[in-house]
Amino acid sequence: MITAFDEMHAADGAVRDNYRSYAEWLQSMPGDVTARKREEADLLFHRIGITFAVYGEDAGTERLIPFDIVPRIIAAQEWRRIEAGLKQRVQALNAFLHDIYHGQEILRAGRIPAEQVLGNSQFRKEMMGVDVAGQIYAHVAGIDLVRAGKGEYYVLEDNLRTPSGVSYMLEDRRMMMRLFPELFARQAVAPVEHYPDLLLSTLRTLSPPAEGDPNVVLLTPGQYNSAYFEHAFLAQQMGIELVEGNDLFVRDDTVFMRTTHGPRKVDVIYRRLDDDFLDPLAFRKDSMLGVPGLFNAYRAGRVTLANAVGTGIADDKAMYIHVPEMIRFYCGEEPILSNVPTWELRKSEDMRYVLDHLPELVVKEVHGSGGYGMLVGPTASKDEIRLFREKIVAGPEKYIAQPTLSLSTCPIFVEQGIAPRHIDLRPFVLSGTEVSMVPGGLTRVALKEGSLVVNSSQGGGTKDTWVLQD
Amino acid sequence: MLSSTADHLFWMARSMERAENTARMLDVTWRMALLKHDEGKPFQEWTAMLTISGLYEKYVERHGLVTAENVLHFMSLDESNPSSIYSSLYNARENARAVRGTVTQEMWEAINHTWLEIRETTPATLAADRVSEFFEWVKDRSHMSRGVTHGTMLRDDGFRFLRLGTFLERGDNTARLLDVKYHILLPSLAEVGGAADYYQWSAVLRSLSALSSYRKVYRDLITPRRVAELLILRRDVPRSLAACASEVNRLAQELNGPRSKELLRRTGRLDAELRYGVIEDVMATGLHEYLTAYLDRIYGVAEEINRTYFWAVDEPLAADAALA
Repeated sequence: MITAFDEMHAADGAVRDNYRSYAEWLQSMPGDVTARKREEADLLFHRIGITFAVYGEDAGTERLIPFDIVPRIIAAQEWRRIEAGLKQRVQALNAFLHDIYHGQEILRAGRIPAEQVLGNSQFRKEMMGVDVAGQIYAHVAGIDLVRAGKGEYYVLEDNLRTPSGVSYMLEDRRMMMRLFPELFARQAVAPVEHYPDLLLSTLRTLSPPAEGDPNVVLLTPGQYNSAYFEHAFLAQQMGIELVEGNDLFVRDDTVFMRTTHGPRKVDVIYRRLDDDFLDPLAFRKDSMLGVPGLFNAYRAGRVTLANAVGTGIADDKAMYIHVPEMIRFYCGEEPILSNVPTWELRKSEDMRYVLDHLPELVVKEVHGSGGYGMLVGPTASKDEIRLFREKIVAGPEKYIAQPTLSLSTCPIFVEQGIAPRHIDLRPFVLSGTEVSMVPGGLTRVALKEGSLVVNSSQGGGTKDTWVLQD
Repeated sequence: MLSSTADHLFWMARSMERAENTARMLDVTWRMALLKHDEGKPFQEWTAMLTISGLYEKYVERHGLVTAENVLHFMSLDESNPSSIYSSLYNARENARAVRGTVTQEMWEAINHTWLEIRETTPATLAADRVSEFFEWVKDRSHMSRGVTHGTMLRDDGFRFLRLGTFLERGDNTARLLDVKYHILLPSLAEVGGAADYYQWSAVLRSLSALSSYRKVYRDLITPRRVAELLILRRDVPRSLAACASEVNRLAQELNGPRSKELLRRTGRLDAELRYGVIEDVMATGLHEYLTAYLDRIYGVAEEINRTYFWAVDEPLAADAALA
């Protein structure tokens, strides 16, 4: 096994520049103070845990998402490159979405195989020719980044539907400032607290013409959704109404919300509800969560949906391999951030290679998410590998494969001091009339020693993410 | 404000108030049952309480015979009884959770904490030597929620819907409690002034936290007529029907929604009747008849609030009509 890139320490054990100030502080803390701080932190974790957990369905499903107190620190210069790369990527993805639902230039130019787009279940024919405000489809994008090898960043996947996790980013920062205010006095850490303001102004800029201030609402599937905490949290932070489908109705292609003082027009819907459930008249007929007639109002340009309908075609794993080509095609630039090398099993030569090297590779379902339905070759048993081989042979087009990346590590607090664990990073990129983001994002950490799975549904935790200021 | 938010706030407060009032009702029934030694009808109080709450049939279906122990459990911790203290606290918490972004952090914590504690409460809590402590706990938690609400919440329409829920429920409960106790105590009316009678009536007053108010107002013997006057017509007694009707009317006026004409007519009439009523008229009507009519009015007001502000979801036409 290759040694992973350690965010804090260089190969010779020396502390990296971006961690120097933090390491000095850590060193200067007497053992008993550290222990006391840990206890205090544990107490506070518990309280955060409660805050996060009380939104769960019932006692059985309430889960704590653990939070680790060692920050993940990114140097200013490094962030500038990441930021430029993210902007470029998200601009290309939005351009792709507009193109694919209009002229389909990229298909006609033969840069992406047409059948992979048009035959994809995520392609929404209903969106053909629909003009959305500002030609923006993915208003909120969560781009998952990992570092591997000697520390190079790779884009692991794009999340363009209803990416979540930003509330943890905000809560983690609040907790760190509460626990260790002195750390923020030692060095300048770029703020993230203004994310809700940035989001709200992004949403407002794409409102259809409105009388007075645009009325922006957040549409949630309801309190039994696993991300309900985040929905309530963001609505509260932005000072907008948190609505469910039943709160809205459509008349004359106009969306209204039911208020105690009568119907009030809705201009922008930040929806955290999947396409399928948005409108029983247009999509799934059995959806009780949506708003009948919403899609017609949307097509008529009377309401803005963020994110747009049909973004799933661009964050599909089958489309992932084409993003560098999209960047070249739409931006006329070379990609700043690299993709992870990926084999498509629908290609016979790729399939042959993958079947010969299964124990070294990670195999993923094209439509899977949340770390389910994947094979991690190096840690899988022979039986698991055999089973997966059968699945691949039965439906190769459903899978892609990637090398097992040795994700970078960052220290976390454990019983005996600190120890390295694998991490990733999800920055949140906002697209309105311009592209913006807060520095950093959500760092997820695999708490189990050696584990590469950072998903909260599978034992992952989170860390505060610092981007240092020059 | 969103109609669904108003609805949740209204029921959050109403459910918390119901939990408190159920505890008060159980407390006084418990005390009165202890004082009575009527061999013929040992569980008359308990039966009457179930009847007035409209739960007698549901209880019999579940437990058969009326016993103090079973009724206590049924009304306190039984999850299958939608009016039990347990269910009320559950409803309060579920409604609070649905409007997590509208209530303050402190309000949510107070209500959630209450729910977490009742969930851990075992039937042993209802043992004879501990049950009063349990009732006190329920009242304390309700006081706490109300106090936190008063101390932290913005005085907007949300606050008003919350208060509407509180006073409608309180008025309803005071009327029921008075009705059932008056009814049971009537046979002994002949011997007004007897020791047993005194204890019974002071238990009623105490259960509504009105005993010391009674002393201050009347400085005289406790008589059923004065108890009725105090709890029905005195607007300065915070759990009286008059106080509740006055608050409900004031809140309805402050809300003043575009479709609230009928609601205001109803709350205005209810308030006026209590404001200008005299005890002689109440007694001439018959106390039971009077209280029954009052409960009907309260029910009508609640229905009208629902129609005016909460847009019952199965009435999409109402939305269209209001637009036209």
